[in-house]
Amino acid sequence: MSLIKSLSQRDRVFDFMAPAESPVDVRHGPILYMEDVTVSFDGFKAINDLSLTVDDGELRCIIGPNGAGKTTMMDIITGKTRPDQGQVWFGTRHNLLTMNEPEIATLGIGRKFQKPTVFEALSVFENLELAMTADKRVLPTLFARLDGPARERIDEVLEMTGLAEQRRRPAGVLSHGQKQWLEIGMLLMQRPRLLLVDEPVAGMTEQEMERTAELLTGLAGKQSVVVVEHDMGFVRSIARKVTVLHQGSVLAEGSMDEVQNDPRVIEVYLGESEEAA
Amino acid sequence: MWLTQPFNERSTQLFLGVLLAAMTLVTLLHLVVPAGHPLHVNAYTVNLFGKYLSYALLAVAVDLVWGYLGILSLGHGAFFALGGYAMGMYLMRQIGDRGVYGHPELPDFMVFLNWESLPWYWQGFDMAWFAFIMVLLAPGALALVFGFLAFRSRVTGVYLSIITQALTFALMLAFFRNEMGFGGNNGLTDFRDILGYNLRSDATRLGLFLATGVALAVGYVVCRAIVGSKLGRVCVATRDAEARTRFIGYRVERFQLFVFVVSAMLAGLAGALYVPQVGIINPSEFSPIFSIEIVLWVALGGRATLYGAVIGAILVNYAKTVFTGVMPDAWLFALGAMFVLVTVFLPKGVAGLLAYRFKRRRNDADAQEVTP
Repeated sequence: MSLIKSLSQRDRVFDFMAPAESPVDVRHGPILYMEDVTVSFDGFKAINDLSLTVDDGELRCIIGPNGAGKTTMMDIITGKTRPDQGQVWFGTRHNLLTMNEPEIATLGIGRKFQKPTVFEALSVFENLELAMTADKRVLPTLFARLDGPARERIDEVLEMTGLAEQRRRPAGVLSHGQKQWLEIGMLLMQRPRLLLVDEPVAGMTEQEMERTAELLTGLAGKQSVVVVEHDMGFVRSIARKVTVLHQGSVLAEGSMDEVQNDPRVIEVYLGESEEAA
Repeated sequence: MWLTQPFNERSTQLFLGVLLAAMTLVTLLHLVVPAGHPLHVNAYTVNLFGKYLSYALLAVAVDLVWGYLGILSLGHGAFFALGGYAMGMYLMRQIGDRGVYGHPELPDFMVFLNWESLPWYWQGFDMAWFAFIMVLLAPGALALVFGFLAFRSRVTGVYLSIITQALTFALMLAFFRNEMGFGGNNGLTDFRDILGYNLRSDATRLGLFLATGVALAVGYVVCRAIVGSKLGRVCVATRDAEARTRFIGYRVERFQLFVFVVSAMLAGLAGALYVPQVGIINPSEFSPIFSIEIVLWVALGGRATLYGAVIGAILVNYAKTVFTGVMPDAWLFALGAMFVLVTVFLPKGVAGLLAYRFKRRRNDADAQEVTP
């Protein structure tokens, strides 16, 4: 029956004639929507009934003590870890739990890992060129030529990341901070809608932190950014909205001031962190 | 166009200029300067230079995979020898009924082994075009199968080096066997003509020398075009951070396979040009030691430069000719000493000495490329 029905359906005869689906539907506001997500490893609940919503164009900071589930949360969003229950949606159209890692990456979720990995023998420009969205099969790559828009895109990202003057230098000679920016730049070349950034300022100098803060706040609006960070000073300098994770679920959410004055937060996290700082 | 891109690079222009000048000079000194004059280059020496040039092409092929892709192949002698055997089979068929036994079709060694007819895999080699295609196809096919299995299983580093050694060793043992139909221990020899020209005449030797020079130039330009393309940058990225390259969306094993096959074909071409110049191909070309020696040439000349591989191959083989003439026993010590000295004092090889200048030139070229 269903076969006959599908054959008699005249509005969609051929798949290739169907209109291309617009990648991400954010008409309802949120770009990332997590509801009641739970993951346990050998009985230990790394994520426990976590619900989190990130709006399109928002810059969100996630803080929390070690073991609060920050990295596991990133793993779930990028498809590396499957939750035991709950829902994760990208926009209102894409159920991330039904997709694998490459599909999620192609959809526009970029992730920056803690340790920067760039191609040291290649120049900054070439690093960005390789990361650019393109036909990445062998022969198209062999005959690939940089066209005007691609060049402009690379220049734009070089400008954004403050690496314009380093464009011809090998990535291997960059400072630690510059490598981090280059890696963020490489993610930006893929025009992600949502950028997940894991501890971007670990090991950075004060000036480098300031530059990183400028970079990340500059990105917000154009794309949504989720930053996981330990450094409270840094979080204060960039965050409009902060989410505090504790034992796998959201403990508090709000502006930095609200969160800082929340007695539960002070108890589990900020208090001791302030003393340490 | 893609293949003409390298001609815009100063280093390629310089390389091709030097090669062309050397080829012209040798030709003139051979043809114009009368024999007996101290500057005269005799046919033997022309032949020797031709041999060096085919080694140089082989070294370029190895540098392509080792220098840019990070795959240390210790089995490239196998591809070289396969190309050589394909050419040798053609040359054997060219002998026709002029062999010792005078059989119109069978090569001498088959008559000697009492074979009745030509094995199927010898069919077609009487036609030059077929043989010349097989020169590229046979090593290419071996590299395709071997590379597909190795790269798909993500075998890299020292393990890959070891299995490439095993590959060439296995082929050596196989080709030693008479039943294989490739002349066993003695290999293929007693060649007479190539494309109707007598192989022993001076003119043919000069022609082969020049053909090898042209093949080296073409091989060099092809490699440069690959290395200078986006694919070349993906290769370098793979060499330095394979997982990361995979992560940004490149199917690394396919890139490795493509470059490996191209390299094997170039090595086969080098072998095909080598065989008519030395007049013999036998299983010793498959020996693991030879494949290691090629890597030494590249290391001495300077890895990941291509022209360094050419310099290294010519330098080491010239030294080998001199040493084995003067003090045959001392050659291996000299080779070892050269390798140690270069590793200690010139870690980037002979090409490293020139690198500073070329680097500036390359940056200029890039500047032109980026701001058209």
